[in-house]
Amino acid sequence: MSTPTVHSVTQPALTGDLPLPEVSAPIVRIRPPRTWEALDLSGLWRFRDLLLALAVRDIKLRYRQTLLGILWVVLQPLLGAGIFAFVFGRVARLDSGGEPYVLFAYAGLLAWNLFSGVVLKASGSLVANAPLVAKVFFPRLLLPFSGVVSTLLDFVIALAVGGILLVVCGHAPGVSVLLAPFWLVLLLLLATGVGLICGALAVAYRDVIHILPVTLQFLLYGSPVGYTIAVIPPGLPRLLYKLNPLAPLIEGFRGALLGHGEVGIRSAIYACVVAVAVFVAGLFFFRRMERQFADVI
Amino acid sequence: MSSDLVISARHVGKTFRMASAQHRPTTLAELVSQTLRQPFARRQRETEFDALDDVSFEVHRGEVLGIIGRNGAGKSTLLKILSQITPPTRGEIDLHGRVGSLLEVGTGFHPELSGRENIYLNGAILGMSRREIDREFDNIVAFAETERFLDLPVKRYSSGMYVRLAFAVAAHLRPDILIVDEVLAVGDLAFQRKCLGKMDEVAHRSGATVLFVSHQMTAVRSLCSRALLIECGRVIKDGAVDGVLARYLALNSAAQPATTALPEPVEQAPARAIAVHISGIDGQARTTFQLGEPWRARVEFELHRPLPHVIAGFGLQGLDGSPLVTWWSAPRDLPPGRYAADFECDVPLAAAEVTFAVGLTSDEKSIYYTEGVGALSISEIGPGPQPHRASGCGVLFTTERPEIKAA
Repeated sequence: MSTPTVHSVTQPALTGDLPLPEVSAPIVRIRPPRTWEALDLSGLWRFRDLLLALAVRDIKLRYRQTLLGILWVVLQPLLGAGIFAFVFGRVARLDSGGEPYVLFAYAGLLAWNLFSGVVLKASGSLVANAPLVAKVFFPRLLLPFSGVVSTLLDFVIALAVGGILLVVCGHAPGVSVLLAPFWLVLLLLLATGVGLICGALAVAYRDVIHILPVTLQFLLYGSPVGYTIAVIPPGLPRLLYKLNPLAPLIEGFRGALLGHGEVGIRSAIYACVVAVAVFVAGLFFFRRMERQFADVI
Repeated sequence: MSSDLVISARHVGKTFRMASAQHRPTTLAELVSQTLRQPFARRQRETEFDALDDVSFEVHRGEVLGIIGRNGAGKSTLLKILSQITPPTRGEIDLHGRVGSLLEVGTGFHPELSGRENIYLNGAILGMSRREIDREFDNIVAFAETERFLDLPVKRYSSGMYVRLAFAVAAHLRPDILIVDEVLAVGDLAFQRKCLGKMDEVAHRSGATVLFVSHQMTAVRSLCSRALLIECGRVIKDGAVDGVLARYLALNSAAQPATTALPEPVEQAPARAIAVHISGIDGQARTTFQLGEPWRARVEFELHRPLPHVIAGFGLQGLDGSPLVTWWSAPRDLPPGRYAADFECDVPLAAAEVTFAVGLTSDEKSIYYTEGVGALSISEIGPGPQPHRASGCGVLFTTERPEIKAA
């Protein structure tokens, strides 16, 4: 079997009243799938408008027929931070490292909500759009990716409010904030990778959709969102705790926003490797599974 | 290979693996426990089903190819493979040009979004760029005739408006290869005609290639120059549309049994009809006839006791249950026994699918009646050197055609 799958030829001139699409007509060879295939990046690029359209649909639908609309993007983490501040700060009297507990929890929740939002959106996107998958051709990766984009938009708004809060409370972020994008990208890679794997699995096994929220709930308390790593007893427990790649990512992001709380270089490298590995694994796993989506979904 | 070849499919096959129901794991837990218990057993219990097998064909630029076949023949699977929604198991296909496929009207429409938002979303889903949609927007809206409701969520649309808008978006996709699956079974008659016209325009004026699956023979005939007949996953005929349609009708009649057993009456009736046999005038059993061709229906019935003034009745009904024609036998006083009444039927129907109604009366009282049984189809083509074509009820078939005179 020959290997090339897609290349372009120019379209022959045609007479007719309607203008033809100005794109050159590609030759597409449809053939049985191989086990592992390269990623179709050109296909993704051609459908980039769809990525945006799906993300916009997501955002529009989420707040349609709500009274408060987009305010929910801010209210959700604020309320969550309030609860954390009460439970961990007031009742359990944990140490936030000198910050107002609400700020501390809000920063943690920003990172956490981004992670869990991306995982949930990306993993549910295929099943939620089952008719599309069964009846229309487009790069399947766009569905989880559009979930990522729409979650990111929510995150940006919540982040802006977080910034205002910081300034109002007199904790204007310092130079350390420049590190925030680094942690964010890693967080996104990790979350997207997990979302891709879970999404591809959920096509055949809907169990995933039921397991995920519970797992995320567990992970929320197993990650330093409402407390710092410092409350974990040093030694073996802390070492085990640090196996959770989310721990350095969330701590790192919060540290970058609030201006203190460093992450060890080893933890940072570990999180880096895991995030990239999970993302790449997710991409290829998804690619492998996607050919059968339409038959199984 | 000529240069205007647009689609070339070579030995395409698609096999579905189906595990027998009791062994098919549908949850992770089942999968895991099953694999642990019997790591090698699963594969052997799978049965294979060839949805398509060894399908080869070529389509040239500007051609309008009809794909016909009975339900489950593999038409939709073929379209899904051509649209790259599902991969083939064997063989390969070369596509030259942008494919726009419309396997279902309105996939991707979201009820909560407005008409305007849905046009953009659906256009993007079908592969249009935002710029293309901007350019076509007014045409789409005009075609769908929904200007006034553009900013209303489509959940408030009537189903007709919904479908019109959905088709309009797809119709303005302007692909090099347009793949359309049975979408015209929606909307009112005027809109169906408009859709057909649009597809005709796409094919004949813009030089695009169209693949069209439909059960509406009239639509296939008017739109397509060539057709593929698919049966049990194989292409059994490929050629000019008339020949392929004739073969399809013959195939269908083989599927409709010429003998229909009739249901038994509920309570102890003095008589019952047993069966209806349909045949041509030559006596050969079949259930597909050409326009204007007479045929024969034999109603078999049975009397359990002597009855006076017995009349057997045979009628045709449309698929919606509407009565079309009824014939009655001459009355006779009969002793118990088995009887048959032969009806010579020469009906002014064309392009019709009908079912039967059968009744028996004695002394003007109904003693047996059943309806909606059996099936028979009458094509829209009549015999002759220049075939007659017609459709509808009350079509009078004459071999003599009137001359056209100057008025």
